[in-house]
Amino acid sequence: MAKVLVYYAHPGNQYSRVNKAMSKQAKALSEITFVDLYAEYPRFNIDVEQEQKRLLAHDVIVFQFPMFWYSTPALIKEWLDLVLEYGFAYGKNGTNLKGKTMMLAVTAAGSAEAYSTDGHHQQSMRTFLTPLEQTANLCQMQFIPPYVLYASLSHAEPARVQSHAAAYKALLLALFHDQFDVEAAKARDVLGFDDLPIKGGQ
Amino acid sequence: MDGFLLLAFVFLVAGVIAVPIATKLGLGSVLGYLIAGIAISPLLHSLGVNVVSLQHFAEFGVVMMLFLVGLELEPRMLWSMRDKLLGLGGLQVALTTGLVMLVAMALGQAWTIALAIGLVFSLSSTAIVLQTLGEKGQLKSDGGQASFSVLLFQDIAVIPMLAFIPLLALPELLDAVHSVATVAAHVEHDVAVEVGFFASLDAWQRALLTIAAIGAVIVGGSYLTQPIFRFIAMAKLRELFSATALMMVIGIALLMTFVGLSPALGTFLAGVVLANSEYRHELESDIEPFKGLLLGLFFMTVGAGINFGLLFAQWGEILALTLGLIVIKALVLLILSSVFHIRGADRWLMALGLAQAGEFGFVLLSFTVANGVIPAAVSDQLLLVVALSMLLTPALFILFDKRILPKYTQTQRNEADEVDEQGSVIIAGHGRFGGVINRILLGAGHKTVVLDHHAEQLDMLRKFGIKVFYGDASRPDMLHAAGIEEAKILVVAIDEKEQSTELVRYATKHHPHVHIVARAMSREHVYELYAAGAADIIRDYFDSAVRAGRSALEALGTHPFDAERQTRGFVLNDQYMLREVAALYDPEIPSHENEAYIAKVKELMAFQEKAMRGHSAGFGSRSHRGWIPPGSKEEEG
Repeated sequence: MAKVLVYYAHPGNQYSRVNKAMSKQAKALSEITFVDLYAEYPRFNIDVEQEQKRLLAHDVIVFQFPMFWYSTPALIKEWLDLVLEYGFAYGKNGTNLKGKTMMLAVTAAGSAEAYSTDGHHQQSMRTFLTPLEQTANLCQMQFIPPYVLYASLSHAEPARVQSHAAAYKALLLALFHDQFDVEAAKARDVLGFDDLPIKGGQ
Repeated sequence: MDGFLLLAFVFLVAGVIAVPIATKLGLGSVLGYLIAGIAISPLLHSLGVNVVSLQHFAEFGVVMMLFLVGLELEPRMLWSMRDKLLGLGGLQVALTTGLVMLVAMALGQAWTIALAIGLVFSLSSTAIVLQTLGEKGQLKSDGGQASFSVLLFQDIAVIPMLAFIPLLALPELLDAVHSVATVAAHVEHDVAVEVGFFASLDAWQRALLTIAAIGAVIVGGSYLTQPIFRFIAMAKLRELFSATALMMVIGIALLMTFVGLSPALGTFLAGVVLANSEYRHELESDIEPFKGLLLGLFFMTVGAGINFGLLFAQWGEILALTLGLIVIKALVLLILSSVFHIRGADRWLMALGLAQAGEFGFVLLSFTVANGVIPAAVSDQLLLVVALSMLLTPALFILFDKRILPKYTQTQRNEADEVDEQGSVIIAGHGRFGGVINRILLGAGHKTVVLDHHAEQLDMLRKFGIKVFYGDASRPDMLHAAGIEEAKILVVAIDEKEQSTELVRYATKHHPHVHIVARAMSREHVYELYAAGAADIIRDYFDSAVRAGRSALEALGTHPFDAERQTRGFVLNDQYMLREVAALYDPEIPSHENEAYIAKVKELMAFQEKAMRGHSAGFGSRSHRGWIPPGSKEEEG
């Protein structure tokens, strides 16, 4: 059993479809801890001590956010800058996060094809997320490939939103029950709602 | 009564005309007063005015000045000056007395007369030196501090001198004196005239009484000032404060005279005791005008008292004596300054500044004559020397400014910049508003001077260890006492709307270097403060109301970040509206009659409502655009 902490960050929550549906699912789970960063810190005055305590109390840290300009919303960057202090998360004696797991749940407006070397954005999703991946490495955390929904603004198949949100719930529960197949996941670039490597059981 | 008014008018006219001209010519106010005194001396003669008794009255200005100096000097600082006070001051008096005595004996005087002359000439003029140093802002410099130490020691030394001088009396002169009892009347005023009752006591009783008097000044200053001023504050009358301050100073002076101590020393001590009091600036601004007027009068009487008949008759001799005295005194000070490590320009400032004889010289001379120590003929000459040396002092200061200071400023500049004190902040009004500002600034390590005129509140604040001065900040002299000349920022946080506007107007006009942060009580007040020249105008209710509105939005279920953004947008819109409307605001027309103003406000209010609801594509979309996903924007628009 792993303690799961979801950090949700979306400054335009009221305009969101996918992330709203996802966070609705996550919030409803009593097994995990759900934090809406923009609700907790609307004026960006992050409580570093409280955040570090939260990190210490959990095993799996999930960042859920829409991709903005190939990166996270501003508050996550602020959070990383302040909370992952030298001596706490990295550097001398900075081994508090060692062995914990980091995972990202990202929505992107571009299509899967757009995120490729020949595509509109000319780089893969994983390339854009390397700063976070290396952050996990520096903190000696295990980085699991991201759970991604491409073309998140498309209205073509409304059912995708529900599927993505439902699979998100399953993913969080699998992480909680240690049923998520990390090794299988690591073989892949990104994970989607229709091919999550969840071990049987449940 | 008419005579008094006429006399007052003559002196005032002379001062009012001469001083501005002297200041304009760079001669300083002291020389201006002296010249004014010389100018009116024939008139005073024809009116039959007793210049000497007037001078004794005006000497009270020196007492007030020492009180003010004491106010600027915390006990801690006085203690740190003890070496200079006793060492430098003591040696200056001893060496100068000795040298002058030798010269006098060489000129053929008996040793007793020579010693008395030495004592008289060892003193310098507290009035001229402190006044001039204060005007030049050099009181806090090393040279200024050293000069002050010497002057303070001299003022204290007058007391034992008065006790000692009668011992030098010449029997044949004494007989003459007893037949002419009138001279004693002059002396009556002064420093150490022992009141009959006191003199009749035993030595130990006198000592006890003296100690008790000093103790009374210290204890009374520490513990009684506050209740007295609180009592006075109840009447809410400005002049009562001046009356109380005068009462205190005069009372202390009388007490000191009674026990045979120098009133100047007593009031100085009281000043030091009150230096930490929150009423310090109030006392300062109350006493300051009296001190200035009395000192002005004193300088004029010095000028008027010069006996020109005698001066013209023996001008060569008197001039030689005066210059000789100045050279001797300056020489002694120059030697002592190297012993006490006073260097550079400061050394010359002290040596030239203290080279004159002083007002206590007049006192001692009349005292020596009265006690039959110095013959009247010699004393008349010496009086001229004292007066002339005082008259020449401003010239020596000019010499210092023009010749000596420029030489040293080149090499001293870097050093001076470093020790430069950090510009302080004056906070007018320490209520709920100013109090927060003070806490923030103090917390960040800045120096603040807080003025408030609610005595009850001051009490409460003091319990929490917050340092606040009593005083009405809207009074210019109060601002001056609080140091507006050196301040960087003036925070106007007082409750009274008109006074705050008036204060801002005054400060921007007379102290344009000060950055003003002003608290506005209403929109109209914002416009008025803007017109008055405030740099930062903060509406006191606005930020808190915005936060309350944001809390209400959050309570209604709005996402905290959305509530934050909406209120941010509201603030921006409001500032925009304020600027738009400010142009139409006319202080002459009440807002509710200003039609253009009303129309604009209505228009802007409608605009803002739309903006808040996100229906406007204009400036209002500030609070909403961003975070709206691409694509959905077109659908909405």
